[in-house]
Amino acid sequence: MNNQIEKRIELKAPVSRVWRALTDYREFGEWFQVKLDGPFVAGQVSRGHITYPGYEHIKWEAVVQKMEPQRLFSFTWHPYSVDPKIDYSKEIPTLVEFRLEETPTGILLVLTESGFDKIPSDRRLEAFRMNDGGWTEQMKNIANHVAQKL
Amino acid sequence: MRGVRAQVFAALGDRTRLALVAKLCGGQPCSISQLTGGSKLTRQAITKHLRVLERVGIVHSVRAGRESLFKFDPGPIDEIKGYLDFVSAQWDQALSRLKLFVED
Repeated sequence: MNNQIEKRIELKAPVSRVWRALTDYREFGEWFQVKLDGPFVAGQVSRGHITYPGYEHIKWEAVVQKMEPQRLFSFTWHPYSVDPKIDYSKEIPTLVEFRLEETPTGILLVLTESGFDKIPSDRRLEAFRMNDGGWTEQMKNIANHVAQKL
Repeated sequence: MRGVRAQVFAALGDRTRLALVAKLCGGQPCSISQLTGGSKLTRQAITKHLRVLERVGIVHSVRAGRESLFKFDPGPIDEIKGYLDFVSAQWDQALSRLKLFVED
């Protein structure tokens, strides 16, 4: 387990095609399954609602951060805020980044979602890197690093 | 639950508390004296950190005679892992749909 999610996927399509799918609000809505009210604009709030069957009552809200053409698209949001009774706006949002890298056969899309906590240093982050069920072991490993500081 | 998760992350985002968790996660309950032993921090400081961990359920205190012992509970950390696994699975699905969409 880490405090950041990272995904890499190869897309056999030109960079302009991938960029449009990510940043055109209608195209984004197609694959993300959300109906957005209007275009993405850096620095502005994007609103809409989920179109995934059974979740149509869920609102989508994100703040677009960066739109660097054909390189980087990012927004902050409250991931999978599916409980209408909870006011997620008080929580610190996570940052979602889509980075595009050209490869000989298409595009490598690197998605990261970060900020599941506010841990500042790499040392602390290491503490969250827990393998499947093996976190107790990891905790013991970091004990050596930190115990003498106690 | 997400508010609670943020608190669990915050509770763990401190070197002293992480070290306390590292000492306790072997499963053996420890007294404050045991946890303070070899430390530069005072009993009071250690107690304060233990209370932070206790509030989010990572440790529980149990009475043993006249002493309080502190015991590790893996529940909240397991829950966070489950949550991140869920978000991760959602991204896998969304990116698969994106792939079909652009490669069409």
